[in-house]
Amino acid sequence: MEHYISLLIRSVFIENMALAFFLGMCTFLAVSKKVTTAMGLGVAVIVVLAISVPANQIIYQGLLAPGALAWAGLPEADLSFLKFITFIGVIAALVQILEMALDKYFPPLYNALGIFLPLITVNCAIFGAVSFMVERDYNLGESVVFGIGSGIGWALAIVLLAGIREKMKYSDVPNGLRGLGITFVTAGLMALGFMSFSGVSL
Amino acid sequence: MADVKELKQVLTGPIINNNPIALQILGVCSALAVTTKLETALVMTIALTAVTAFSNLFISLIRNHIPSSVRIIVQMTIIASLVIVVDQVLQAYAYAISKQLSVFVGLIITNCIVMGRAEAYAMKTPPMMSFMDGIGNGLGYGVILLSVGFFRELFGNGSLFGVEILSKISDGGWYQPNGLLLLPPSAFFLIGGFIWLIRTYKPEQVEAKG
Repeated sequence: MEHYISLLIRSVFIENMALAFFLGMCTFLAVSKKVTTAMGLGVAVIVVLAISVPANQIIYQGLLAPGALAWAGLPEADLSFLKFITFIGVIAALVQILEMALDKYFPPLYNALGIFLPLITVNCAIFGAVSFMVERDYNLGESVVFGIGSGIGWALAIVLLAGIREKMKYSDVPNGLRGLGITFVTAGLMALGFMSFSGVSL
Repeated sequence: MADVKELKQVLTGPIINNNPIALQILGVCSALAVTTKLETALVMTIALTAVTAFSNLFISLIRNHIPSSVRIIVQMTIIASLVIVVDQVLQAYAYAISKQLSVFVGLIITNCIVMGRAEAYAMKTPPMMSFMDGIGNGLGYGVILLSVGFFRELFGNGSLFGVEILSKISDGGWYQPNGLLLLPPSAFFLIGGFIWLIRTYKPEQVEAKG
C-alpha cells in the first residue's frame, strides 16, 4: 500500500506531467485562459489517463512485449516495435468509445466535456504517460495508480495556470511578451515552484 | 510544377515569419524536454523534420482518396508508421541517443506540428509543396530547439555537442556552471524570451490586448 501512495504522490507532484516533462503543452498553453474550461479539460484528461494507461499495460504485456506470445506457441516473437501504432490506436478508440458512452449515459457530463474529448487523442500527456508506463515496466496496479496520479497532476497544473492567467489580464505586460510569451514565463515559475516538491518522499 | 519563388516561400516562411512554436503554439510538448544538450536537440530536429516532410508527402499523395470522416485515423496511421521507422533507425544506428530521447521519439506521433500540418496543409496541397512545407516547419521547430539547446548546454554545462568550451571550476577552470539551465523551468524562460525577441523584431505578431 505504501508503495502505491508514494507512487501517487510522485506522479502528482514530483514528476508532474506538464511542469516536469512538458507533456500536453499544446493544450496546456492553448486552453488555459479560463478556469472553468481548464477544469473541464483536466477532468477529461484524468478519466482518459485512468483508463488508457492500464488498458495499454494489459495489451503491451499480453501481446507485444518480448516473449508475451508464448501462450500462442510463439515464445520468440517480439512485437514491441509495434507499440507506438498500437498505443495511439488504443487511445483513439478509447476516447471515441468514452465519447459515445458519455453521450448515451451521462449527457450532462458529455456536454461539459464535449469539445475537449477529441482533443485529448492528440494530447501528448496521454501518450507520454503510456510510454513511461512501458519504459518503467509498471504492473497493472501500479499503472492504474500512475494513470490517475499523472492525470491529477496535469489537471492541477492547468487549473493553477488558468487561475494565474485570469488575474494576469489586468497586468501591464510588455508588448512582445503579451499572450504566449508571458504564459511561458509563468509556466516556468510554476515549474520552479513544483520543483520544491522534489525532496519529498514517502 | 510550382514556381521556385513560391516553393522558397513555403520552405523558409515557417522559420521566422510563421514559426510553428513561437506563433502557432504547436509542438511545444517535446520541444522543451530534449534541449538540455545540443546533440539530442539536433537528433530530435532531424527526426521531426523527416516525419513531418514524409507524412505531408504521403498524406498529400492520397488526399483525394481519404473520406473525410476517417481522415484523422488515416493520418495517425501514416504518422505512427513513419515514427516507428525513425525509432527503429535510431535504435539501430544511434542507440545511446535513442536511450536519452526515451519516450520523446514516440511522442513525435502526438506532436501537434505533424498533425497540424497534415490537417491544415497537406490535405489540400499537391505533394511537392506539402513535402517542402513539412521540411520548412521541421526547420522552424529546429531553429527554436537548437537555440534553446545552445544556451542550455553552453551555460548549464560549459560545453557544446559535449566538447568543453568554458572550463568548469570543478575541472580546475574558471566557469561556474549555471545549474538552473539544466532544470526544466529554464526552458520555459528561454522560449518565452525567444518569443519576445521574435515579436520585437516582427511587431505584427504581437497579440491583441484581450
